[in-house]
Amino acid sequence: MGAILTTRNVTKRFGGLVAVNDFNLDIEEYSISSVIGPNGAGKTTFFNCITGFYVPDEGDIIFDGHYIQGLSTDRITHHGISRTYQNIRLFSNMTAIENILVGQHPHLKTLWVEAIFKTPRFLKEEAAALEEAIRLLNFVGLAGMGDLIAHNMPYGAQRRLEIARALASRPKLLLLDEPTAGMNPNESAEMMHFIQRLRDELEITILLIEHDMRVVMGISEQISVMDFGQKIAEGTPKEIQRNPRVIEAYLGRGAAAGLKLETKGAKA
Amino acid sequence: MIKTLQENFRIILRYGLLGSVIALYLTTIGIVETFAQRNLVGTSVSLGHVFLVFGAVGAGFLVTRAMKEHSASIAAAASFITGMITSILLIILTLVIQVFVIQAAGQERVFELRSMFVNLSPSLVEFLTFGQGLVLGNLLFALFSGLMGLIGSSFVLLPENWRRAWINSLIWVLGLGLFSENVAQIVRELFSSSLNKVLFTNKALNPVAAIVIFVITFAIGYFGINKKTRAKWEQMPESRRKRGRTVLIVLSVVFLLVLPWTVGLFLSQALFIIGLYVMMGLGLNIVVGYAGLLDLGYVAFFAFGAYTMGILTSTGPLGRSDLTFWTALPFAVLVGVIWGLLLGFPVLRMRGDYLAIVTLGFGEIIRILALSNWLAPLEGGAQGVLHIPHPKIFGFAMDSPQSMYYLVVLGAVLAAFVTIRLRDSRLGRQWMAMREDEDVAEAMGINLVQTKLLAFAIGAAFSAMSGAIFAARLGNIFPHSFNILISINALSLIIVGGMGSIPGVVVGALILVGLPEMLREFAEYRLLMYGILLIVMMLVKPEGFLPEATRKRELRSGKEQFSDQVARSES
Amino acid sequence: MLKRYIERFSWVDFLLKLFQVLALAAIVIGIFNTLSVARYSSDQWVTLIFAGLAQGSIYALIALGYTLVYGILLMINFAHGDVYMAGAFTSVFLADSFALSGFLASHPVLAILILLLVAVTVSMVLNVIVERVAYRPLRGAPRLVPLITAIGASFTIEYTFRGLYGAEFHAYPTVPALSGIINIAGYEIPRVQIVVLVAAVVLMLGLYFFVERTKIGKAMRAVSEDKEVARLMGINVDKVIMITFAVGGALAGAAGVFNGLFRPQGVFFFMGFIPGIKAFTAAVLGGIGNVPGAMVGGLFLGVFEAVGPNLILEGLGIPAVNQLRDAFAFTLLVIILIFRPQGIFGERLAEKKA
Repeated sequence: MGAILTTRNVTKRFGGLVAVNDFNLDIEEYSISSVIGPNGAGKTTFFNCITGFYVPDEGDIIFDGHYIQGLSTDRITHHGISRTYQNIRLFSNMTAIENILVGQHPHLKTLWVEAIFKTPRFLKEEAAALEEAIRLLNFVGLAGMGDLIAHNMPYGAQRRLEIARALASRPKLLLLDEPTAGMNPNESAEMMHFIQRLRDELEITILLIEHDMRVVMGISEQISVMDFGQKIAEGTPKEIQRNPRVIEAYLGRGAAAGLKLETKGAKA
Repeated sequence: MIKTLQENFRIILRYGLLGSVIALYLTTIGIVETFAQRNLVGTSVSLGHVFLVFGAVGAGFLVTRAMKEHSASIAAAASFITGMITSILLIILTLVIQVFVIQAAGQERVFELRSMFVNLSPSLVEFLTFGQGLVLGNLLFALFSGLMGLIGSSFVLLPENWRRAWINSLIWVLGLGLFSENVAQIVRELFSSSLNKVLFTNKALNPVAAIVIFVITFAIGYFGINKKTRAKWEQMPESRRKRGRTVLIVLSVVFLLVLPWTVGLFLSQALFIIGLYVMMGLGLNIVVGYAGLLDLGYVAFFAFGAYTMGILTSTGPLGRSDLTFWTALPFAVLVGVIWGLLLGFPVLRMRGDYLAIVTLGFGEIIRILALSNWLAPLEGGAQGVLHIPHPKIFGFAMDSPQSMYYLVVLGAVLAAFVTIRLRDSRLGRQWMAMREDEDVAEAMGINLVQTKLLAFAIGAAFSAMSGAIFAARLGNIFPHSFNILISINALSLIIVGGMGSIPGVVVGALILVGLPEMLREFAEYRLLMYGILLIVMMLVKPEGFLPEATRKRELRSGKEQFSDQVARSES
Repeated sequence: MLKRYIERFSWVDFLLKLFQVLALAAIVIGIFNTLSVARYSSDQWVTLIFAGLAQGSIYALIALGYTLVYGILLMINFAHGDVYMAGAFTSVFLADSFALSGFLASHPVLAILILLLVAVTVSMVLNVIVERVAYRPLRGAPRLVPLITAIGASFTIEYTFRGLYGAEFHAYPTVPALSGIINIAGYEIPRVQIVVLVAAVVLMLGLYFFVERTKIGKAMRAVSEDKEVARLMGINVDKVIMITFAVGGALAGAAGVFNGLFRPQGVFFFMGFIPGIKAFTAAVLGGIGNVPGAMVGGLFLGVFEAVGPNLILEGLGIPAVNQLRDAFAFTLLVIILIFRPQGIFGERLAEKKA
């Protein structure tokens, strides 16, 4: 299997601050990979570079054989990358179903004029989209919650809904930004299994940023460690756990050792 | 009792002074005296009185609510005292006018109070003191204010049934009195002039008739007929309710069709203007309510529609072709769409508040250009475009307000139809997603450029269409008609009705456009009312009176969203 | 390679660039045409520039109000132009009676100071009331909401003053001490323009030191950096915001009197609308949230608006350019917001994109 996402020397600066520095990464197709690192290491900025929220100052991002750096966010989504957010960003005043329907946007083809006249093609497509949305809702375990307004849903359900929305665009690569943030150990474990199921059943590639080491070590096949925007280590969970530079990066900051390497502050 | 009142004196004083400030404000800006001309019941109760007591009633209401935990008699006493306190500033005002205006008349002075505060007239003193002289009159006024405070407390203290009946009959009597001219017209047309004479005298409700109406509506309110019918309705099986709804729709269509023939020329013109604003409001609703883009230059598209219609059909010197209304209409809409795209284009990447002020600037630029000599050879400059023919249908000229009313209803229905269809489609979801979170919407694969431009273009199309109809109705158009106030009207009505809500647009137009059209005195204070309404709505009921389901939840959740934004900007 | 280029091609960028080029070309051609036929003498240009500077100093004073408020609350105080009107409109009556009693002629400095005091107080109090009633309860609401109340506040103020003082124009009396002409390097400049310019600059410098040096000024800057942190540091954020509105209102009130002194058109209830948008333009021009930027932006806008139509539009063969002065200034606003929304000097709050 080849790499589906490759980044070459990706660099992003904000004024004098180098948020992402010369970052190289190869993500195998159908793998689950993680990017970890202390707060402010540049992980989310890196995600933002991949999804087009930021244009990297230097370097190439190659996805599925296309150079995608510098493309607009919506174009990148059309190529097959989809994401969730560190602090949930649902369309909070729309219902769960509507959120998923918006996610299906890249695959809907009818024009707005057809909607005015309710052409058969439009009706057919809308019906199919609704069916698909309900299927996804069931898949993420939110059956029956489709008509709730997103911001009235429980926290865990919002996380799942965000994933369902991301899946609705039928991505080849799914980026999850701290999917277990704010969850208790039970919920985290559940989310962990859910992520594995995603990969196994939908055959997509998953890249996540995560702080919970139990999750990271439990499901990742490959881990990259980031500190001050640079990659300081890469390898399997076992290799990472033994890597002296990683331990230094975390322990050097006075964080407690152990499975959960980093205490989570209020600000991420 | 006295002791409890003393303990709560601060509350009483605070609300009393608040009410007093409101009363003083309404009086000094001239509202009270202007509306004193419009009698509601007989010649003794006028709309001016309603405004005059607004502060006292409101203060009584608030103070009673604030003292809920005390007994009813204490709260009532408190509201009476509060009401009396509200009269203080106005009593001082009468003295000031007496000394500085009435007694100073005829003397040589360097400073004249009335040249500054134009409403402080001797007749105002007359009105405030019920014509009883300063001493007795002011005493009466204080007592009267106290009573009004009691009325305010009645809205809180009365038991449910009584309260409903009381409010119900107040609304009916005051409402009928307010619209007595228009109701009288309808009664004359539909029933007989003798019934009219019984009900109305001197353009106001006959006192006897008022009492009768009061009793009847009170009874209706007390026995809760409205509530019972609603309960019955809800118990009906779905199939019957569906049939009921169809009947209701048919009835309202029939109502809309016969309406202009029952209300006379003047009100038909008002209905026509309401219809125009419904059409415009529906367009602006797409831009502001769905797509979340605050466009303050919306009047520009109205102007483009009107000028295109004018230039293409005018028989005057500026007429460029001899198209008819019907053949020119598509061009007018098209021009609106093109300008919607052109003006939408530069603002695509702007943040919300910048967008508002730039569109405001656009509206002004267009108006200034329309006025200028530079473009005058094309569109008439300050002289405007004259001799625009009325539309003709089957050889019949639509020159009456009634016939144009049908045209505008047709247009509004069309606009509503398109809006509903789009709202429930992919495009509607795109707009709402964009309104909720632009970045995430883009990350869902939505092309923001396209989505925004479509909102601007479709909104502009509706506005241009109403502009074209407006031009054809008036026959002459001038640049002065296309000022910022039209944009503000349209914005106010969708906010009062509820952003994103289609029935809200209709209701908003009825209230904000219909009311001032019917009450000519309103004209002067129309924009003041709009301004206050915009503030009050945003403070109290940001989702509007007839909210769209999702919008309602959004604007209520201010605090959460903000902390979310903070968290986002910090990450 | 070509495919990569095509994929990244954006119609929006292309058309905006095209528009930029066309606008630049129009400006260059216009200037070239005007100057090549020597339509105006250098005397006339200098007259225009000084009138522009005086007018610009008024825009700058108003713009400071926008910038201060935007810096702290990230919102456009739409009602600010009307706050400016309120001060000017109120003190015109006092000015009239001063003129009538001869006080204005006998003690011009004292009289103008009293006028300033009245206008400043009215505008200041009004701005604080607007903040208290229309903005404070909505702090933290979605951005559209305070924007709409701001529009509402603007119309409420306008029509309240129309109700209070009537709908007529009232002209400020001429001050004998300010009329006449000053000779500067051979150019004759109306004395009132110089006085207004100098007074405005003094006020602006005062504000600059207030913001940079005093304790309250530092608190203001702290609040504009981060409200939450400022609160934790023991700053009373509500009070700082109130003071910001008060200062902004005071400057607008002063601007109102200056405007009355040197423009004969008179004041009326709607007079704040257009200067409001223009002052906002000035604030954006200097980078909104940037105090010195607003000062320079205002002066620049004043000169640009005074000179531009004659210099550029006339060269393009457009007749009656004086009618287009306002439209010209608004066009500048649009162009700046499209191409350089962070302003000439950069926005102090550029990173605070919300």
